[in-house]
Amino acid sequence: MPTETFIEITYLIATVLFILSLKWLSSPTTARHGVWAGEIGMALAIGGTLLYRGIIDYKLVAIGLVLGCIIGVPLGKVAMTAVPQRTALSHAFGALCVTLVGTSEFYLRAPNISPFLMAVLSMEVILGSLTFTGSLMAAGKLQEVLPQRPITYKGQNFVNLGMLALAIAIAAILAMHPEQVKLFPAMIIIPLIFGVMLVIPIGGADMPTVISLLNSYAGLSAAAMGFVLNSKLLIVAGALDGSSGFILSVIMSKAMNRSFTNVLFGGFGQIQAAATGVQEQRPVKSATAEEAAAILAAANKVVIVPGYGMAVAQAQHKVRELFDALSKRGVDVTFGIHPVAGRMPGHMNVLLAEADIPYDKLLDMDAVNGDMAQTDVALVIGANDVTNPAARTDASSPIFGMPILDVDKARTVMVIKRSMAAGFAGIDNPLYYLDQTLMLFGDAKTFVGNIVRELSGAGDHH
Amino acid sequence: MKLDLITSLYVFMLAAFIGFEVIRRVSPLLHTPLMSLTNALDAIAVVGAIILAGEHKSQLAAILGTIAIVAATSNIVGGFLITDRMLRMFKSSGPKRP
Repeated sequence: MPTETFIEITYLIATVLFILSLKWLSSPTTARHGVWAGEIGMALAIGGTLLYRGIIDYKLVAIGLVLGCIIGVPLGKVAMTAVPQRTALSHAFGALCVTLVGTSEFYLRAPNISPFLMAVLSMEVILGSLTFTGSLMAAGKLQEVLPQRPITYKGQNFVNLGMLALAIAIAAILAMHPEQVKLFPAMIIIPLIFGVMLVIPIGGADMPTVISLLNSYAGLSAAAMGFVLNSKLLIVAGALDGSSGFILSVIMSKAMNRSFTNVLFGGFGQIQAAATGVQEQRPVKSATAEEAAAILAAANKVVIVPGYGMAVAQAQHKVRELFDALSKRGVDVTFGIHPVAGRMPGHMNVLLAEADIPYDKLLDMDAVNGDMAQTDVALVIGANDVTNPAARTDASSPIFGMPILDVDKARTVMVIKRSMAAGFAGIDNPLYYLDQTLMLFGDAKTFVGNIVRELSGAGDHH
Repeated sequence: MKLDLITSLYVFMLAAFIGFEVIRRVSPLLHTPLMSLTNALDAIAVVGAIILAGEHKSQLAAILGTIAIVAATSNIVGGFLITDRMLRMFKSSGPKRP
């Protein structure tokens, strides 16, 4: 069998394994098979490629592979709270790879490039370079080395769209006149700046949408690279990654009640500007850990609603102890997870799974909301805007229409919070002033720890 | 060449459809591992980078190709490692249920 055919067959098998890999990810019981399928497919494809007879310089390839492993291993071992920034960083790496390959291909082939090929090559480098800087910015904001505060200015969308239009115009000129080689660097530099500008106006709570969107761009740029290199395997992998990112972006934008165009054109951070109104001082009821423990112990059904604040306070292991203590007393405890809880899609589930909470207790918004009226206690830990009933009732609220966890329908609501400060969106939460709401003021980790101590030591009081 | 591009478009379209159908079924529980896994799979772009660096057609292509291999390989290694680590954490309640 000729080597070329053999290589193509390894690619074909890899393609099948990649699709199976994602198929097996649909359920936690088969998900690990998915990783193995992906690994085998990847090993086959790389092994096949190394047999390619055009390769004369194995030294460079080996250096690249070894350095990649040295960087990759620590990136695979980061803490679960750091997974969002790691993911953003890996989008940046993927986009960097695609951009560099596209750039080399252009200089190797120009000016003998057909208009269609030049168009996909332009798409590859434009998407690649904007994803590279955009993802680096997102990673920097998530790692808190860059200011998390959204930076907005007048005419921001105009400037951004103008830059994008300019890059596309250059792409069009190059498609017609590929001999204009000196235009090519501009087609990389402009999207590099555009990527930075795109992420500047984005705040922490919008990160899940942005990461998904950048994921989609990274996939599409890889697919475009597949067109340029005429590699079906790469087209399939890029299309899978692109559609995955797209689906997640749609889910995230629905969960934030943004239209998809609003997300695409950076409607992020605008809520913040709208919500600097005067906060009224209304009375709230507060409770101690002892009182909270007594109420929880007497309940039949408890729903815990965790938000990113729980992860910031590193309270998830204490929450697991609370889950154990209540379960032991026969209380039915489940977790209600809002799609945008955490800093990337599904982040909260991973944090709770890491704390050894069984995944069948982690319910999505619809499942929890259906049972909320039969719930004795809804315990909100470090979540704010996703529980704000104003999203349902107050048409003037900036978050009106956003799907929320209906904790206000539970018989008792308990909210662990440091102070009465407003949430990410800067919006007052009417939930806190309801008759059935008890505020538990304090650090989430300490407070949950105190409740657990009360529950386990309850016998000593009598 | 023209025909190749059309074939490629077919492949892209079909793969996108498969992607939508398969990924729609992924439980929201696993959206984070989904993203890290698709990221690792996407790094198959390394095959393009290997050929670029290995063919050594120009100094520029060799250097950019090698950097591209580093970037993609770190995504492959890191992506698979972290996905597996995350998936190992997802445990069902109760050892066995009837």
